[in-house]
Amino acid sequence: MILGKSFDLRRVFAGSGRVSDTPVTDVSFAVIDSETTGLDPLQDRILSLGGLKIKDNRIKVSETLELFLAQDHFDARSVPIHGIMREGPNKRISEKEALVQLRDYVGDAILVGHHIGFDLEMIRRAQQRHQLPYFTNIALDTGLLYRKTLLKSPLVPKKQHYSLDELAEKYNISCKDRHTALGDAYITALAFLQILSQLQEKRDLTLKALIRMGT
Amino acid sequence: MSNRIAERVADFLGRYPPFNDLTKRDLRRLSEAVEIIYKERGTRIFGVDEPAHEFFYVIHRGAVELQNKDGGEIIDICDEGDLFGLRPLMAGENYKLEAVSREDSILYALPISEFRPLIQTYEEVGDFVIASFASNTRNPYSRKISNTPGNALSGMISGRHDTPFTEILPIHPRKDLVYCTPKTPAQEVAAMMTENNVGSVIVLNNNLPQGIITDKDLRNKIVTGAHPISAPAAEIMTSPVVTYPARMTITQAQLAMMKNGIGHLCLTEDGTTESPVVGIISKYDLMLALGNSPEVLLRAIKRTRKVKRLKPIRSRIAILLKGYLENNIPMSITMKMISELNDACIKRILELSLRKQGKPPVPFAWLAMGSQGRGEQLLQTDQDNALVYEDVSRADSEMVSAYFLQLAKRVNEGLKTIGYEYCPADMMASNPNWCKPLSAWKETISSWIHNPGKEEVLLSSIFFDFNYTFGSRNLVTELSNHIFSNTDKYPMFYYHLASGALQNPSPTGFFRQFLVEQDGKHKDFFDLKRRVLMPFTDAARVLILSHQVRYINNTAERFEKLAELESNNRDFFLSCSYATKALLKFRTKQGMLHNDSGRFIALDTLNKEEKIKLKRTFKILKELQELVAVRFKVSNRIV
Repeated sequence: MILGKSFDLRRVFAGSGRVSDTPVTDVSFAVIDSETTGLDPLQDRILSLGGLKIKDNRIKVSETLELFLAQDHFDARSVPIHGIMREGPNKRISEKEALVQLRDYVGDAILVGHHIGFDLEMIRRAQQRHQLPYFTNIALDTGLLYRKTLLKSPLVPKKQHYSLDELAEKYNISCKDRHTALGDAYITALAFLQILSQLQEKRDLTLKALIRMGT
Repeated sequence: MSNRIAERVADFLGRYPPFNDLTKRDLRRLSEAVEIIYKERGTRIFGVDEPAHEFFYVIHRGAVELQNKDGGEIIDICDEGDLFGLRPLMAGENYKLEAVSREDSILYALPISEFRPLIQTYEEVGDFVIASFASNTRNPYSRKISNTPGNALSGMISGRHDTPFTEILPIHPRKDLVYCTPKTPAQEVAAMMTENNVGSVIVLNNNLPQGIITDKDLRNKIVTGAHPISAPAAEIMTSPVVTYPARMTITQAQLAMMKNGIGHLCLTEDGTTESPVVGIISKYDLMLALGNSPEVLLRAIKRTRKVKRLKPIRSRIAILLKGYLENNIPMSITMKMISELNDACIKRILELSLRKQGKPPVPFAWLAMGSQGRGEQLLQTDQDNALVYEDVSRADSEMVSAYFLQLAKRVNEGLKTIGYEYCPADMMASNPNWCKPLSAWKETISSWIHNPGKEEVLLSSIFFDFNYTFGSRNLVTELSNHIFSNTDKYPMFYYHLASGALQNPSPTGFFRQFLVEQDGKHKDFFDLKRRVLMPFTDAARVLILSHQVRYINNTAERFEKLAELESNNRDFFLSCSYATKALLKFRTKQGMLHNDSGRFIALDTLNKEEKIKLKRTFKILKELQELVAVRFKVSNRIV
């Protein structure tokens, strides 16, 4: 949504060969998710950020990120959904600090998220507020990738959007910690691994093809 | 820093040995070092002689097979919570077995460097590791927990590596027989049994078996007070005793016990009660001789309290099936045995679901349809099922329908849990179209029969192979009565059913080549189901229905019945029956080989003999289709 196809892929993978022949297993992915006060990127704020790293088809439990942001803007209506209070039990950091930590964590990994366009837009607005540079990483949407795994059949029309709950049900992933940033990132990561393996079943998957399907 | 994912991993590991002995802190630390891996079905995790990884594995979800060499003999099947790949790491060796995911699996990879210190700190963990070395099973605790069903597999495997499928080895009956005379008092009989540690005594009269006394007889007849403990053996024995000839295979012995509902077989010289006894076989003997017997599995199914626990039993049914196929047990016996076990699983799921859901408001029946209904489902494929319930008043109809839909949903989910995929066309009882009161079903059936379009023929061909699985038999009888009274009135329906059966033309094309699929995922594969098996099944259905024969669903059995009914076509129908069985066996073997439904066959993997065999069935199919075309006057078909 933010990154056009004109984006120079080679720059990100300088030194690791051309994008078209990079095997997917050699690439680092950072699966991220954010919880926000609402759905309006202009008015609403990020409450928390969660991240998991995938490399060589593995999730490393030790390399997870979970950040809770101190809030000025606060909407009590969204508390029942994600359970984050303005003053919660978790340690809070400033928005700016969170953005810096997120950037360090992500590095030059390919970003992955469920309907990641929205999360990136929220992050971009925050970066704008603090005059921080935007992310230039490639970003893959598991919502789009999931649609590619589905049968092409007039009998089973594809939906425009598939929710994370639908993916969790399809892949039989427990919805424990749903609606926490890290919990949702974990569900997304497991779904992503399964989607990758389904896509690979049909043909040898190059990074280039993956990017074409997921952006 | 708190790590939610590590907590999640710890919650899971903490439920299984040896991790349940760790303190929270150590478990947490270990969990943080875990890597989570997803392995699609059929992917190798490690191979024989591969240097050991830095990790060993715990299955979070799915199942993994451990086997000798490439696709060799399966040594063990690991399930959720099972641990594997630890031994080579501890011993500093290469892997001795190959690990392949049997289902889509999520694995936790645990680094040995984090685990090793725990072996020293915790005695329990050390014991676990040592025990797992000694017993060669994945989980040494499993046999301590229970020595029955759940783990007969590991027992069998560790006990006899070379011959895991001993189905047809002859049993050696016990020579030192414990016996008494008809006059021996019950008390003495009991003492004798205790002393010899046996569960049965044969009552001999003039050296011939007159009866048998088992633990059960003592319980039912003496302990209940019906007879005094001084009663003579003749009064409390079960007579006549069921006898069999001395040389039996294990499978024959199992069948004999299942058939008679007894736990002891008396073997005599010529197999009758008129010749001397040579030995006795008890269920226990059988169980010892055989880790996986249908008997044991059936009992395990009936005892299961959670649907999830049926899943490992299903893997063992698959092993049993493999044994049958390898030992060339007649296909008709194999089909019966396996479908009996499948039925038992479904029944159990229904019982468990009913327990959760509460008493049904009115009687109902659960129907298996399609291949399951025909008793031909050897491999787990899709589920096709339906539910019929008694008619209710209009006021109650909503409540009752909601109850049964909910019940069906539970059962469908349960079936999915144990490995039956959802029906892609949604022909399942949780679909309101397949879960209806009797009168609504009757209407549906009538409309299928009276207006047979393409769709109706397809639906009825699936539905008409229904088989009662559970609930009220009366409802099922009424349904079949309805079908036959209707088809009688509308003979045109046979014509349509017959044209449906002829839809798939002969599987060989020009130059007698196999027709393979032209496009899609299965390009260049031969579709065994659509091109050969289904035409046989469809033809058998229309022929048997036109004879108004009911209660025979199995295709091979239908042909046998046809052979009986039409003596002039006898040989031909028998060869159809034979071809059907051969094809089903072929499909099942292919399916087991590739761990799929066996429907699509890569022709280049077949040897010449197999191809010839396959082609022979095509010829029979062609004749069969011609017979159907002539009989039901279907002329405009493409062959």
